Amino acid sequence: MIAAKMIMAIDWQAFRLTLQLAVTVSAILLLLGLPIAHWIAFSPWPWKFLVEAVVALPIVLPPTVLGFYLLVALGPRSPLGRWWIALTGHTLAFTFGGLVIGSILYSLPFAVQPFAASFSAVDRKLIAASATLGASPLRSFFSITLPLSIPGLITGAALSFAHTMGEFGVVLMVGGNIPGVTRTVSIDIFDRVQASDYATANETALLLLALSFAVLALVYGLNRKAWVIGPVK
Amino acid sequence: MRRTTLAVKFIFSTFLAVCVFLSATPAPTQETKSAPALVVAAAADLSAALQEIADRYEKKTGVPVKLSFGASGALTQQIQNGAPFDLFFSADMDYPRQLIAAGDADGASLYQYAVGKLVLWVPADSPLDVEHGRMNVLLDPSVKKIAIGNPQHAPYGRAAVAALKHAGLYDQVADRLVLGENIAQAAQFVESGNAQAGFVALAHAAAPAMKGKGKYWEVPADFYPPLAQGVAVLSHSQHKKEAAEFLEYFKTNEVAELLRKYGFTLPQQ
Repeated sequence: MIAAKMIMAIDWQAFRLTLQLAVTVSAILLLLGLPIAHWIAFSPWPWKFLVEAVVALPIVLPPTVLGFYLLVALGPRSPLGRWWIALTGHTLAFTFGGLVIGSILYSLPFAVQPFAASFSAVDRKLIAASATLGASPLRSFFSITLPLSIPGLITGAALSFAHTMGEFGVVLMVGGNIPGVTRTVSIDIFDRVQASDYATANETALLLLALSFAVLALVYGLNRKAWVIGPVK
Repeated sequence: MRRTTLAVKFIFSTFLAVCVFLSATPAPTQETKSAPALVVAAAADLSAALQEIADRYEKKTGVPVKLSFGASGALTQQIQNGAPFDLFFSADMDYPRQLIAAGDADGASLYQYAVGKLVLWVPADSPLDVEHGRMNVLLDPSVKKIAIGNPQHAPYGRAAVAALKHAGLYDQVADRLVLGENIAQAAQFVESGNAQAGFVALAHAAAPAMKGKGKYWEVPADFYPPLAQGVAVLSHSQHKKEAAEFLEYFKTNEVAELLRKYGFTLPQQ
């Protein structure tokens, strides 16, 4: 382990793991975030601002709080944790699945808020018209609301992807720094800096910066195109 | 339209109230002018012992001692980058020597204050019998994760790896190791039950706050290179005189007894 530290090289495994985590999390958030955002955008319930506040909580909460809750509330000392262990055979901490769950909570508002904003922006008259033409609510959603909300969906997915790529505190609290399982790029960079290996930290950070910029530029570029071609306006 | 105006007014007045509150309370400063506070960086294995020592010292002399704990390697890196500490208590002798060699610490002040001990620690309710089974309990199938400090920058983590290698168990358990940022996080992984066993400092396992929370087996001293722990006054310190006085207090019998109580061995004895 000490010898490995001496070889100055970028930890590609950490890059693969981080990408894998970000892709998994943004895909799940796309599926999970759509119904939540739809409910927030269209529900007539007067108290729904409470749900909006809960969804926005991870923006305010320090990642350490989230990590602490995951570690303690979902550890073997709590009923919820014991249930999880009975279900999966292991604790949530120190596993890729644990990181996925932590990251979903951590990035939830970054997916749901753009989704909900774009749903709200859809002209209600179009949805009403499709209903009068006999379309089921589900059909209206897939042929009216969803296509008109594509830019918001792309933004939400891109933001949750980016937010997960840059995640650090939660991973530090519950990851346990296992190579190939929970050692993400941000943890790897932290370790290198702590060990005064600035050269590799620099290379890794620069690569992460370039990669993140490329991904975001690509997504926003696509988004712009969708804006121009799409049926908005 | 009226609702939006109301919301804007509400947000604006809340913001204003917060601003008034902030201007009415004193801004956080490094220290007050009257009593110079010592700022001490210390290895995580000292977290319990040093807190008590600092409290006693403050009562005696009126000099407040602020403590900042972390892995020795991490603290060394912070000191090299200008962290405003007066003293550095490391969990080994190498990091202080590195700082002295780089001109960041005063070589004449280097003092070995204790020798740390490594223990294998399991939660109190664990079925593992560490007292008799020793390190072999790690081969038990119920042990899914073993917490150690990160050997890249935590001396106790390096000691744990050395002990596992000495016992010939390292290769068998390597894929079950989880790394705490420092020895305190490794202990916390075990305490919360997320890791079934861990290598921590005796100072952690024997600390009064940990009584009844775990069982431990002291790893024999010849299983790992000795954890001789050194302290040095830092070059950037604005309070070298106060730092030296605190170090003098550290050499008294009172502190020696406290350190022994927390499971450290004193180098002279």
